[in-house]
Amino acid sequence: MKELRLMKGNEAFAEACIRAGADGYFGYPITPQSEVMEYLMSQKTHERTGMVTLQAESEIAAINMVYGGAGCGKRVLTSSSSPGMSLKQEGISYIAGAELPCLLLNVVRGGPGLGTIQPAQSDYFQSTKGGGHGDYRLIVLAPSSVQEMADFAGLGFELAFKYRNPVLVLSDGAIGQMMEKVYLDEQKPRFTEEEIRKNTPWATIGKTPDRDHNIITSLDLDSLKMEQHNHDLQAKYRKMEENEVRYEKISCDDAEYLFVAYGTSARICQKSIQLARAEGIKVGLLRPITLFPFPKKPIKEMAAQVKGILCVEMSAGQMIEDVQLAVEGRIKVDHFGRYGGIVHSPIEIVEALKKQIIGG
Amino acid sequence: MAEFKTNPEILQPENVVYKRTELLTKKDLSYCPGCGHGTAHRIIMEVIEEMGIQSETIAVAPVGCSVLAYDFMDVDIQQAAHGRAPAVATAIKRLFPNKFVFTYQGDGDLAAIGTAETIHACNRGENITIFFINNGIYGMTGGQMAPTTLPGMKSSTSPYGRDVATMGNPLKMTELVAHLPGTYYVTRQAVHSPSAVRKAKKAVRKAFENQKLNKGISFVEIVSNCNSGWKMTPLQSNEWMVDNMFPYYPIGDIKVSDDK
Repeated sequence: MKELRLMKGNEAFAEACIRAGADGYFGYPITPQSEVMEYLMSQKTHERTGMVTLQAESEIAAINMVYGGAGCGKRVLTSSSSPGMSLKQEGISYIAGAELPCLLLNVVRGGPGLGTIQPAQSDYFQSTKGGGHGDYRLIVLAPSSVQEMADFAGLGFELAFKYRNPVLVLSDGAIGQMMEKVYLDEQKPRFTEEEIRKNTPWATIGKTPDRDHNIITSLDLDSLKMEQHNHDLQAKYRKMEENEVRYEKISCDDAEYLFVAYGTSARICQKSIQLARAEGIKVGLLRPITLFPFPKKPIKEMAAQVKGILCVEMSAGQMIEDVQLAVEGRIKVDHFGRYGGIVHSPIEIVEALKKQIIGG
Repeated sequence: MAEFKTNPEILQPENVVYKRTELLTKKDLSYCPGCGHGTAHRIIMEVIEEMGIQSETIAVAPVGCSVLAYDFMDVDIQQAAHGRAPAVATAIKRLFPNKFVFTYQGDGDLAAIGTAETIHACNRGENITIFFINNGIYGMTGGQMAPTTLPGMKSSTSPYGRDVATMGNPLKMTELVAHLPGTYYVTRQAVHSPSAVRKAKKAVRKAFENQKLNKGISFVEIVSNCNSGWKMTPLQSNEWMVDNMFPYYPIGDIKVSDDK
């Protein structure tokens, strides 16, 4: 039985993590995501499910705590916002290199630098192209509602353990802060030590006589072995591209033009579709839900149907590069962005469509 | 490895007075001959064997010369990013409070890049053990100046000797963490002589016993040599350590908490 609640996006994510059987949260306060740790602390998670909630001395310490917990086969997570996520990149690279499962949340704010505390989507490159050093990818889920903030907690842990890979929920300040109704799953049990030994035999939870000691590391000084490790990682990322692409199509059946947008931008585009269609402009929306793996194929297919694509992002144009790669120059693709903490209005998106795509 | 001929009549169980602990793997140590790391590894693994806690122990290796400690210590082990071992160990211990968790870190790792993680893990009083191998130099990267390099001491990045006016003073991390209410047992040891090894091993044992009793953090510094980095023979480096390192980093217990 799902439970109906009215919650902030950040709180819904935190509650859903508890219910997904999370074992540990390690974080550091930063606006606009501090409600995640505040909510977990208010819930006395240690009493409620045995989950550890710990305020670390820095984002760097927090992500390395996640490394330690993930290396023990536990369901662990951290959350932050853009400047804090930059600090975590070293640790994320190590986690990806050591192939550890974990859940990350970035409630994006405007940048660069300290930027602003208002919502933005300007961390797309960092999130989808690696972020830290070395060749690696995260699975990136982009929620566009409070409901998806909750749903992607459970889904995120599931995918993280399926692929032994970090999963990033890439939200933004608007979705983190706004309140909506949300249906919450029932409480899942946390892993027992027996389950960890059975399901994640690589986890470091104490060497028993029946096996060699387990080692968690991203290091191999033998470059041929490191090249093979990279081959294996790339094969895993290709498997994600084959199996895990998620997207939503809205009003696309008769569309002559297309918006491509995710998260908050995708919600605003839905209003823009109503406004445009009232004027007789047949426009639809393709909303990538996974930003990596990116829905290249469905976008390529839509490129055969529509006359032009407008990428709507709260950034100076980052996702548009992946859309252009998918479209391969077949039709016009342009970008319309507001950034630095500014959110588009539905009307200005319609105006941009007319000016940049229809009239352009 | 050289083969040693032994007389089978002598090699009887009742005659054995010393043997290599089973908890060191068969792999050849990657440390330079004469380096103190091998002995430090050995006494830690001996204590774990003697306490019978191998199956409950999770170790955290650093970045530096002992980055490959995971190849030699036959326990479940994670290799942490440079300086972050106390954060990694914090999470492991919080998630498995009944297991034994220790970090093994050098001076660059613990006292420079990992200063924040070290101080905050100590200040929270995490119930873990930190082993801090202080040889006053970055060994792995080729002998650069460390936070613990002595005044006037030459290194590849202080080729004319450490000038404290421009390069700062050597950091006494162990005295620093002893001031924090979260630390339970803080000691400084060495492994350059049989008597020092015996004392150091007692300190290692005490640290693990403290962890068993949930006493909070035990911090064990081992002042060591780096004959390669110091550009000396092993013997010279040990003599130099006694004459120069020990006056600045005096050996002995710094904080022993009494139980009330």
